[in-house]
Amino acid sequence: MIASNYPGTTVGYTRGFMKLGGERVEVIDVPGTYTLEPTCEAEEIALRLLETGDAVINVVNATNLERSLYLTLQLLERKVPVVVALNMWDETAHRGIHIDVEKLKELLGVPVVCTVATTGQGIKELAESLPRATRPAMTVRSRDERWAAIGNILDQIQRLTHRHHTWLERLGDATAKPLTGGMIALAILVGAFVVVRFVGESLIGFVFDPVFSNLWTPVLLKVSGLLGGSGFLHNIVIGKIIAGEVNFVESFGLLSSGLYVPFAMVLPYILSFYLVLGVLEDVGYLPRLAVLLDTLMHRLGLHGYAIIPTLLGLGCNVPAIVGTRILESKRERFIAATLISIAVPCAALQAMIFGLVGKHGGHYVVMVYATLFAVWIALGYILHHAVKGFTPELLIEIPPYRLPSWRVVLQKLWMRSYGFLAEAVPIILGAILVINVLYAVGTFDAIANFTAPVVTGLLGLPKEAVTALVVGFLRKDVAVGMLAPLSLSAEQLVVGSVVLAAFFPCIATFVVLLRELGVVNMLKSVAVMISTALLTGALLHVIL
Amino acid sequence: MLDEKRVTLTRMAAGQSGTIVHIEGGYGMADRLAALGIRPGKRITKVSSLFMRGPVTIEVDRVQVAIGFGMARRVLVDLG
Repeated sequence: MIASNYPGTTVGYTRGFMKLGGERVEVIDVPGTYTLEPTCEAEEIALRLLETGDAVINVVNATNLERSLYLTLQLLERKVPVVVALNMWDETAHRGIHIDVEKLKELLGVPVVCTVATTGQGIKELAESLPRATRPAMTVRSRDERWAAIGNILDQIQRLTHRHHTWLERLGDATAKPLTGGMIALAILVGAFVVVRFVGESLIGFVFDPVFSNLWTPVLLKVSGLLGGSGFLHNIVIGKIIAGEVNFVESFGLLSSGLYVPFAMVLPYILSFYLVLGVLEDVGYLPRLAVLLDTLMHRLGLHGYAIIPTLLGLGCNVPAIVGTRILESKRERFIAATLISIAVPCAALQAMIFGLVGKHGGHYVVMVYATLFAVWIALGYILHHAVKGFTPELLIEIPPYRLPSWRVVLQKLWMRSYGFLAEAVPIILGAILVINVLYAVGTFDAIANFTAPVVTGLLGLPKEAVTALVVGFLRKDVAVGMLAPLSLSAEQLVVGSVVLAAFFPCIATFVVLLRELGVVNMLKSVAVMISTALLTGALLHVIL
Repeated sequence: MLDEKRVTLTRMAAGQSGTIVHIEGGYGMADRLAALGIRPGKRITKVSSLFMRGPVTIEVDRVQVAIGFGMARRVLVDLG
C-alpha cells in the first residue's frame, strides 16, 4: 500500500483480489475524488468505475468530515451499496475532534468502520462489514441541500475541542512564508543532495565495491582462463581483460559490467535517493515546495504541482512521466514530460556521471548539473511561449506536517528498489549482449563514420562516441559507461554526459512518453529533444 | 456603499480571519473551490501569501489550502 500525501496520485486505477468469506472478490482502487460531478479526468474515471461495482468502500477523512461527507451523500443517493471507512482515525484524537460514530451510522444508514490505513487498524473489520453494505437510496438533493444536510449531520455527531499549536505546525507555517520558506527549501534541497550523495557513495565504498573486487573478481578471472582469455564468447561473458585485471566499468561483459553497473553503481543511488524522497513525501513537505515554486513554474508553463513528478524524474523518468497525469491540462503535461525527459537525469544516469565525470573533479559534475538546470529553465520558458493552451491555477490542500512512518518509507523504498532491479537488470544485460554483437559485426564503425562530422565538429567528441548515443536508446547508464574507454578529457566528458542526458530517451521512457503524449506530440517532443541536445552540446563545446 | 471590511483574499493580511461572502466566477471555479471547503459562509484564516503574485495559503476547516493568485483575487471576504 502506498500512501502518498498528495491527492490525485492514484490517477490510473489498480486492481487486486482478496478473499471475502470464502469467495474471491476483486478490489478496485478508484482515483481519488471529492465529488461525483467530475472536474478532471481522474474524477471522470472514478464516476465510470462506480457503475461497475457491486459495493463501494467510501474512504472518508475523519479529520475533515465536512468535505468528505459531500461525496458520501452523493454515493448514498445512488443505487450502489456502501460501507464507510472513517479513516485517519488516529489523527482526530491529535486534533481534538470527537465523533459520535454510532450516531453517524444511524444518520447515514450504512455500516461505518473506524480505520487507520497507515497502521492497518480496522481493516479487518472493514472487510467483514462488506456483506452488510446497504443502499439507503436517499432522495437526490441539490448542491446547497447537500451542504445543509452535512451541516445538520455534523452538528449531531462532531464536537471540536481546542488544541495547542504544536511545534510541527509552527514549522509548517515557517516553511510556507516566502522568505523563511525559500531559505528552508534551499537548505532542504542541498541537504537532500548531500545525504543522497553520502549514502550512495558509502554504500558503494563500503559494501558493493569490496564485494565485487574481493569476491567476484577472482571468480571472473578463473572463468576467463577457462574461456581462453579472449575471443567472441569470452568478450560477451567476461568482457575485455585490460592488463590482466577486470575493469568493471570498461570491460563490457555480461558477468562483469552487466552486474557491476546495476548493482554497484546504480542501485546504491537508487536506494539513497528513494530513501530521501520517501521521507520528504511522508513528512508532507512536497506540497509546500509546490506552493513556493508555483510562480516560477508558471513562467515555464507549469503548475507548481509539476515539481513533484519533476523531482520523481531524478529517480527514474518513467514514473515521473506517468506522474504528469496529475496535471490538469494537456499543455502542462506535454511541457512537463518533455522537460523531464530532456533536463532531468535519472538516478542511474546520475550515478554514472558521478562515477565517471566525478573522477576528474567535483566541479565538472557541477557543470553537468548546472547545464541541465539551465536547459530546464530556458527550454521551459521557450515552450511556455511556444505551446498553445492554458495552465490552470494552483489549488491544493497542504497536509499538516507529521513525523515520517518508517514502516511506510521502508516499504516504499523496497517496492521502488525491487522494481528498479527487476526492470533494469534484464535490459542492461540485453543491451550489453547487443552491443557486443554489433561491435563484432562492425555496425558501430559504420555509424561512427557516417555521423562523424556532427559528432566531432559540433560536439568535439571522437567519432566513436556516437556509439554511446546509440546505446543511450537502450540504457543511459550503460551509454555513459561507453564513454569510459575513449580516454576523454574532463570537458569532453561533460559535453558527452549532457548530450546523452538530453538526447533521445531510453527505451523505457520512450514507451511511456508514447503512451502519455500520443504519437504526434511524441514526435514533436523528440524533435525538441534532439535539437536541444545538439545545440547545448555545441554551446558547451565552444565554451569549455 | 463600499464596505471597508470587505476585501479580496489577496488583500487580506496574514493572520487575519474572516467569512467568505462571494466568489466571482463561473460554476467551474466555484465547484473546484467548494470541493475544498471554500464556499460563501465559511470562516477562513489567511496563513500567508507569496510575493510576485504567488499563491495564497489559507486555513479552512482546520485544513490548509493553497490557492493560485488569480483565483484568490476573486474570493471576497468579510473581515472580523
